[in-house]
Amino acid sequence: MKITVKKGLNINIKGASEKIMANGEISRQFALKPTDFPNLVPKMLVKEGDVVKCGTAIFCDKYNDQINFSSPASGEVQKIIRGEKRKILAVTILSDGKFTQLNSKPKDYTKLDREDLKSDLLKMGLWPFLRMRPIDIIAAPADLPKSIFISGFDSNPLSPDYDFIMHNKSAEFNAGLELLNMLTDGKVHLQTRHNADGVFLNAENVQKNTVKGPHPSGNVGTQIHKIDPINKGEVVWYINPQDVLIFGRYSLTGVYDANKIIALGGEGTSDKKYFKTILGSSISSILSQTTISENCRILSGNPLTGEKVDKDGFLGFYHNQISVIPEGNEHKFFLTDGWLSLGFAKFSASKSYPTWLLPKSKSYKFDTNLNGEERSFVVSGQYEKVFPFDIFPVQLIKSIVTNDIEKMENLGIYEVAPEDFALCEFVCTSKINVQNIVREGLDLVYKECM
Amino acid sequence: MKFLRKIFDNAHEKLNSNEKTKKFFPLIDAFDTLMFTPNHVTDKGSHIRDAIDLKRTMMLVIIALVPCLLFGIYNTGYQHFRVLNQLADVSFLEIFLKGAFVVLPLVVVSYGAGLLVEFIFAIRNGHTVQEGFLVSGMLIPLCMPADVPLWMVAIATMFAVVIGKEVFGGTGMNILNVALTARAFLFFAHPTKMSGNEVWVTGFSDLKGEKYASLVSSSNVDGVVDGSSGATALGDLASFMQDSPVLENTQAFQAKYSLMDAFLGFIPGSIGETSALMCLIGAALLLWTGIASWRVISSFFIGGFVMATILNLVGGNGYFELPAIHQLMLGGFMFGMVFMATDPVTAAHTNAGKFIYGFLGGFLGILIRMVNPAYPEGIMLAILIANVFAPLIDHMVIQNNINRRLKRLKTA
Repeated sequence: MKITVKKGLNINIKGASEKIMANGEISRQFALKPTDFPNLVPKMLVKEGDVVKCGTAIFCDKYNDQINFSSPASGEVQKIIRGEKRKILAVTILSDGKFTQLNSKPKDYTKLDREDLKSDLLKMGLWPFLRMRPIDIIAAPADLPKSIFISGFDSNPLSPDYDFIMHNKSAEFNAGLELLNMLTDGKVHLQTRHNADGVFLNAENVQKNTVKGPHPSGNVGTQIHKIDPINKGEVVWYINPQDVLIFGRYSLTGVYDANKIIALGGEGTSDKKYFKTILGSSISSILSQTTISENCRILSGNPLTGEKVDKDGFLGFYHNQISVIPEGNEHKFFLTDGWLSLGFAKFSASKSYPTWLLPKSKSYKFDTNLNGEERSFVVSGQYEKVFPFDIFPVQLIKSIVTNDIEKMENLGIYEVAPEDFALCEFVCTSKINVQNIVREGLDLVYKECM
Repeated sequence: MKFLRKIFDNAHEKLNSNEKTKKFFPLIDAFDTLMFTPNHVTDKGSHIRDAIDLKRTMMLVIIALVPCLLFGIYNTGYQHFRVLNQLADVSFLEIFLKGAFVVLPLVVVSYGAGLLVEFIFAIRNGHTVQEGFLVSGMLIPLCMPADVPLWMVAIATMFAVVIGKEVFGGTGMNILNVALTARAFLFFAHPTKMSGNEVWVTGFSDLKGEKYASLVSSSNVDGVVDGSSGATALGDLASFMQDSPVLENTQAFQAKYSLMDAFLGFIPGSIGETSALMCLIGAALLLWTGIASWRVISSFFIGGFVMATILNLVGGNGYFELPAIHQLMLGGFMFGMVFMATDPVTAAHTNAGKFIYGFLGGFLGILIRMVNPAYPEGIMLAILIANVFAPLIDHMVIQNNINRRLKRLKTA
């Protein structure tokens, strides 16, 4: 199937990663952060000081205790970091550097059935890699999804190139796809650009779709909407390609091997390269050979949806990149650099800066300044230009703000996730935190209707 | 700039140090954020943001209004000296200065009255001053007749900001265009001052009575000053519908107000509205920067053109026989189309809705203008009606989307 996404916006930020593999350190410290999973209330299964192996369950979902979250390394549970009201923010594991596996006996799943596979994935802590739409949370094990989606490319700013990351990993990828096929009666959809790497083009047992068009064409939400839209009561699962590799390695060898390659990019870093690392690694291990400029923000994830982390923080569970962008915490005089400047170096999706006349390939400096203050909704038609869904974004957001669940359902909240609104948030003249609003709406719908 | 920054920082500090003065922060904040884009940074979600903000958006609209303002100033002076039959004796500068003396006080009063209300509400409700009024404050004087008394403008502006906007919750929440609310207020509260033949040309009402009579009698017969020289073109046209038209037929009208004069704007009327050319320059800027909706502008024009053509085909009197394109160049049609109908808050919000909304505005505007016994102009009322209908139009468009989704559910 060929899809063309017309509405959208490519944001060309300075500091894209070069396709070079660099060497970081192997992290000594790892963390699992319950905060990476929206709506999750964790229940601890280990205590500080316990010895764990790769694949040992660290905590589980309190309301669905089949779902385990496993240690990506072997060693000792170092610390359970708690925040307000003793909420668990992270569990850190001090690695012994050996990566001893809890399990190393592969099973032949072709001879087993779906429920066996499910219970093994849940036990091994591989389940959280599967996420579902609607609500955009970890897939519910009891569901039977109508299809499973994998986006084979990322169109976000500074995004990693999966063609580069996945190169020559066909065996693991196909093994992972085989497992995914067992989880649905429908299709497994794999979306790529038309000139994708062989690992995608030669993937087996999948429906291959090529996608054309600007960001958010790489977002799985856009692809689901165009290929197999979700109606009320239906469920679609999705998974990241690198996580399919983890599934594949499990299928082939029986181990929980959470190795992944991440991209490091952004203007604030000296090494804009790809790094081999492990899920949950400490940021400092990845950045050990790299200098970070003064007054910069480190993000686990991309600049549109990522999460602020400290230098002694950890890579997010679903993240495949680290972005380092300058902070914008200074006043800008209105004529030279501020709101009324000519702005020959400023990027805007609106045409109010002359840079819209320049070629699209030009890259721009970005910082974290809001470039204005939060205001009421005034400008209309702005979100619609970058929102390729057959959904009214502003009206949906207004229904969320007013807690009108019936209207949210009618306007299509089951099809969206916060990341689908990232561009709306980016272009918003009134600087409204749209993604946050959408998350709140999804949480409300989840609580009330599911 | 560090010096200026220091002043603002000190002012903030001083205000914040005292509980009683704390609530006055909008006063400093408004000027601070005018001079400096604040140091607010993103927290989560999208960590980088587009360079546009509401201030720039509003400022671009004001810049788009500058041609209308400048021409309005000139034309105010021009009409004044035309009535006095002194055009040949005065220089360009004198004409412009005369206009400026009339128009600029209106601008100052409009901004002063409106911003006063805005600041009071901001302090009362503890929020920063939003930029919405920056444009309204410029639109209000431009849609006023030249000779409107300043106190009326002040009252109308305050009425519009309080009743038209703040009671609904402030910028972004209003259902009626603020500037048109101000104009409508004056139109209905002070009809004698807002219509008729005496208010459109500055200095004209002073000439009434003997002075005027002597002027008329002493003037040449070249028709520069005649019995209706203070009236607008639409006033003359409306008289076709009455028993004693001012002009004998459409040709006489076209001779008096040629299409070119109407297009360029050398005719009496509200200050900013007369020149279709200047409105189009403003429209070009607004469309080029993507701020005004091309959907609204194009459908508004089509709506007006369709209605004018229909009535033109009906014909039967001097008014209806005026060609549609000439009709659209008169009065506030172009100005309303470019600057009033496109107000994103009060227009329809959905893209499909904008087409319907614009068409409705243009269509009704010409209908009200041409087929009613009371008002010589209908654009203001038509846009206000379209404003009121905009949420309904949006509702229809959204319901259509909802039904489509439900249908997909049923077929799936």
